[in-house]
Amino acid sequence: MRSNLRLFLLGGLLVALGLAMLVSGFASSAPDGLNKVAEDHGIAASAKEHLFENGPLAGYAVKGVGNDRVSRAISGLVGVLVTFGIGLTLFALLRAMRSGSGNRKGAAPTRAP
Amino acid sequence: MHIPDGFINAPTSLAAGAVAAGGVGVSLRRAAQTLQERQAPLAGLVAAYIFAVQMLNFPVAAGTSGHLLGGALAAILVGPWAGALCVSVVLVVQALLFADGGLSALGLNIVNMALVTAWGGYAVFLLLRRALAATKTGVTIAAGVAAGISVVLASIAFVVEYAIGGTGGAPVGTVLAAMVGVHTLIGIGEGIITALTVAAVLAVRPDLVYGAADLKAPLVLDAATREAAGKVR
Repeated sequence: MRSNLRLFLLGGLLVALGLAMLVSGFASSAPDGLNKVAEDHGIAASAKEHLFENGPLAGYAVKGVGNDRVSRAISGLVGVLVTFGIGLTLFALLRAMRSGSGNRKGAAPTRAP
Repeated sequence: MHIPDGFINAPTSLAAGAVAAGGVGVSLRRAAQTLQERQAPLAGLVAAYIFAVQMLNFPVAAGTSGHLLGGALAAILVGPWAGALCVSVVLVVQALLFADGGLSALGLNIVNMALVTAWGGYAVFLLLRRALAATKTGVTIAAGVAAGISVVLASIAFVVEYAIGGTGGAPVGTVLAAMVGVHTLIGIGEGIITALTVAAVLAVRPDLVYGAADLKAPLVLDAATREAAGKVR
């Protein structure tokens, strides 16, 4: 069961990495719905520059990497791993808080007998 | 659907920041109370998966694209509280590392893309589940339709924010029609991706799907139960 869950997580992570690093190269570069509406109706003009506009990964483009595909793949790799790391840590902490409070009645709250 | 800095004025952004903080606070507390042990690492994976799929903009109409928001998907997989947190983590990473979504608009973006999609999407999912058969197919259809509707709800949330503190001059009615129109199309993509993902997890590990917990009630496969079931046989 436990190893099965590990396998599932590993498989899921590989899928996420594949999507973010490889498939993302084929993503549409057209503006998304909100940005298109903003452009069409004169809202886009009021956009201000992002404080981190010149950050090393700003706009999913890696500073100093000329190739778009490679740049996006690196962004995808970093983003997926950072998000996974923060998510794992956050939810492990939440679990630990619950164990610490001694409240175990919710061990299977959604499971009907 | 990430709002950049400047679209919505400072007071409205600040107020949305307070709403977002409150919503995240409630989610933290409720997730701490209800999150099951095996769902904790799954929630981390869901966040990473949503980050990945949000990079995959798909074309929806001439010169327009859309991408998964993921709140409804996250809520169905790990529950509405942990689900809202998954998307919030993604939005923070995007705003800080990738300059995607304004820093002053982070509260607005969390409200629209994490809270409205996770909670609103999950509410619609529960309603649909009542109307549909309690089968994997029923769950998958409910997930897809709820996810599609959640995108439209998020686009309406933006229009409400625009109506309160929008800096552009376009009439609210015009923006509402344009936003709901294009996000109905994007919602179809969201629905398909969500249904495919939920179907895939249901096929491999149905026990991990929060929104389908009732389906596998007769199959509690922990070691003790399995042993007991073996003795009975």
